[in-house]
Amino acid sequence: MKKKNPVFNFFSSVKLALFTLCLLAFTSIIGTIIPQKESIDWYIHNYSEITARIFQVLSIPDMYNSWWFLGLLTLLSINLIVCSIDRFPGVWKQVKADNLATDLKRLSKMRLTSSWVSNKSEEELATDISNRLAGKGWKTEQRRRDDSLLLFSQKGAITRTGVYIVHASILVIFIGAIIGELYGFKASVMLPETQATSTAFETGTGKSIDLGFTVRCDRFDIEFYDSGMPKAYRSKLTVTENGKVTQVKNIVVNDPLTYNGITFYQSSYQGYQDFLLTITDQKTEKSQTITLPFQQQQTLNDNSRIGVINAEAMGQSISRMKIWFKDDQGPASTFWINAGDQVTVERPGKKYTIAGKQVYATGLQIARDPGVWVVYIGCGLMILGLTVAFFMSHRRIWVLIAKENNETTVLITGSANKNKTGFETSFDALSKELEADTSNGKQ
Amino acid sequence: MDSSQLLGITTFTYMFSTFLYATIFIFKAKKLGSAATVFTVIAFLIQTSGIIFRWKESYALGYGHAPLTNMYESVVFFAWTIIAMYLLIEWKFKTRVIGTFAVPFAFLAMAYGSFSTGINKEISPLIPALQSNWLLAHVITCFVGYAAFAVAAGLGAMYLIKNMSESRKTTNEDSILGTLPPLKVIDDITHKTMVFGFLWLSVGIITGAIWANSAWGTYWSWDPKETWSLITWFIYAITLHARYTRGWGGTRIAWLAIFGFVSVVFTYYGVNFLLSGLHSYGSS
Ligand code: HEM
Repeated sequence: MKKKNPVFNFFSSVKLALFTLCLLAFTSIIGTIIPQKESIDWYIHNYSEITARIFQVLSIPDMYNSWWFLGLLTLLSINLIVCSIDRFPGVWKQVKADNLATDLKRLSKMRLTSSWVSNKSEEELATDISNRLAGKGWKTEQRRRDDSLLLFSQKGAITRTGVYIVHASILVIFIGAIIGELYGFKASVMLPETQATSTAFETGTGKSIDLGFTVRCDRFDIEFYDSGMPKAYRSKLTVTENGKVTQVKNIVVNDPLTYNGITFYQSSYQGYQDFLLTITDQKTEKSQTITLPFQQQQTLNDNSRIGVINAEAMGQSISRMKIWFKDDQGPASTFWINAGDQVTVERPGKKYTIAGKQVYATGLQIARDPGVWVVYIGCGLMILGLTVAFFMSHRRIWVLIAKENNETTVLITGSANKNKTGFETSFDALSKELEADTSNGKQ
Repeated sequence: MDSSQLLGITTFTYMFSTFLYATIFIFKAKKLGSAATVFTVIAFLIQTSGIIFRWKESYALGYGHAPLTNMYESVVFFAWTIIAMYLLIEWKFKTRVIGTFAVPFAFLAMAYGSFSTGINKEISPLIPALQSNWLLAHVITCFVGYAAFAVAAGLGAMYLIKNMSESRKTTNEDSILGTLPPLKVIDDITHKTMVFGFLWLSVGIITGAIWANSAWGTYWSWDPKETWSLITWFIYAITLHARYTRGWGGTRIAWLAIFGFVSVVFTYYGVNFLLSGLHSYGSS
């Protein structure tokens, strides 16, 4: 074995891994106890001047992004990489090993062995045994070794790499997180109904970000359960690029809209004192949508006039509103509309459909994260790797057939790198069966 | 019969199960063995139907959802998984005394759910953020992991008790502890249970991250609940490495199994009440 240098040894050691993991577990607690990302004044007010300064020096207010926490994660990554460089080649050698070249003396010394004699010829036995093994899913290879025949079969050699898949998956997840950090952004916008925007404001910095297209909120609705608990928040969003509508979608929490790699999440809302009214002349089908403040009158295109004269609210949100409406004929109509509903209003010689609701602004989280798929691939690899590492094993069987005088001896041995007791049981059953079928006892 | 009656009965049946297993253990009443198993299986079936009824009742109320969405429903499911896991181990390893150390967890969970005044047992509709299949996958996988860790902690305690008396050389086939499986076997089952739990906890954390990403566009935000689940995950990762690469076993692993479960309890329960965060729905 070549002697490795001490730096390499240090970074490949499992002791370092245990140390780093302990530190990560322990320090992570800090950020769950001390509220994160508050202003310096907040810490001074809630702790003390001096404590707040110490926090600041140690980056406690944003500890999960601090130099020392990221340093620990880097140390863990280096540890993982160096450890894999150190060990993986050895494991790969075992996966690719030529097991027919195994030292024959070692075979008889293995823990699981069984042997018997037969008066069939070597070749006959080899064919017999390999057929029977094949019937149990053990495909054999064979080779003449000196004056004997060696058969070999294995299952799950590749499962030896399971642990390395787990370790690599952690690095893949880190890479995905870094890609997201470098090339992605998180932002938000509060968008009133009927309005559009092509910029968003970055979370934390407030910097404005050009989206490269325009997103409009056509409508925002809240649905309630009978108990008054919110059931759904829904925004109808329209995306326009270069003046053309390119996508329309109703988004709800847990079902966002994605356009050009930028995703819009329903996250909050704000109710305004204004009203959104749509008035349609049923005959001409001409329609007009206006927003107007409470108790103010507005004149429409056809010279009719409309206003909201009364409203009832449930908490923050208006549940019904009373409308005053007058066109060029007869006295004014007044009537109630439930929020989000529409009513037919009969006027002398005319019929209108009038829909009304409170004006809302929808609160959208906006995120671009080109790394998220890398993270998900890493997660998939981790689950795969854990399943392989925990529940699958590399099992090997050798059968040595040797001619001695008039008899042929059969020696069968096997080994598994994990779940040894389980393998032992199936090995015993297998060797008993082979013995019964090929030994002299049964002719 | 409605779900609350069935789940109420469950609490008492698990208490009785605990009592039966304790009797077997303390009085070496081996004859009671199959009675304890049969009784626990019946209790388990009662609970299963209670959960199914509750599921159906939520549909009858017009906002059907799987019964896994608040603290009460989660402790009920936790108890259910512990018993499922225990029965599986009993069947696989053919030993009953483990029940003395596992079934009480299920009883305690049910008792807490039923009698604590701070817990709302109503079937309530889902607020928008919770309407997600990822959430469902997240809760189920986490609790399977937690249940495995609970059983592992019970096994750890069993190991320590037996080990203590063996080192005092008081154990013989006739003493109470003589009925416990050999230390090596306890150690092996503890490890296997933790490995099983670790896989499920990993899947639980991942599905939680996917859910967060579909709801808010951030798969990881270091909120206290997330962070604590990661701390728990680190603790079990440390335990597995200590065993695989440094040859730890026996007493140390038994302590780590208990220590890990303390972290699980804090992640599951402590965070809701002592710290604040996105998962605050659990506190109602
Ligand atoms: C959070 C991070 C880590 C996780 C989740 C993890 C996970 C695992 C798992 C699941 C196993 C398999 C145990 C088994 O065979 O059943 C394992 C083994 C191992 N890990 Fe890690 N690991 C992590 C970090 C590290 C680091 C930083 C090192 C660096 C030295 C390391 C070194 C090893 C070694 C040497 C083994 C034994 C491999 C063998 O049995 O051949 N691990 N790890």
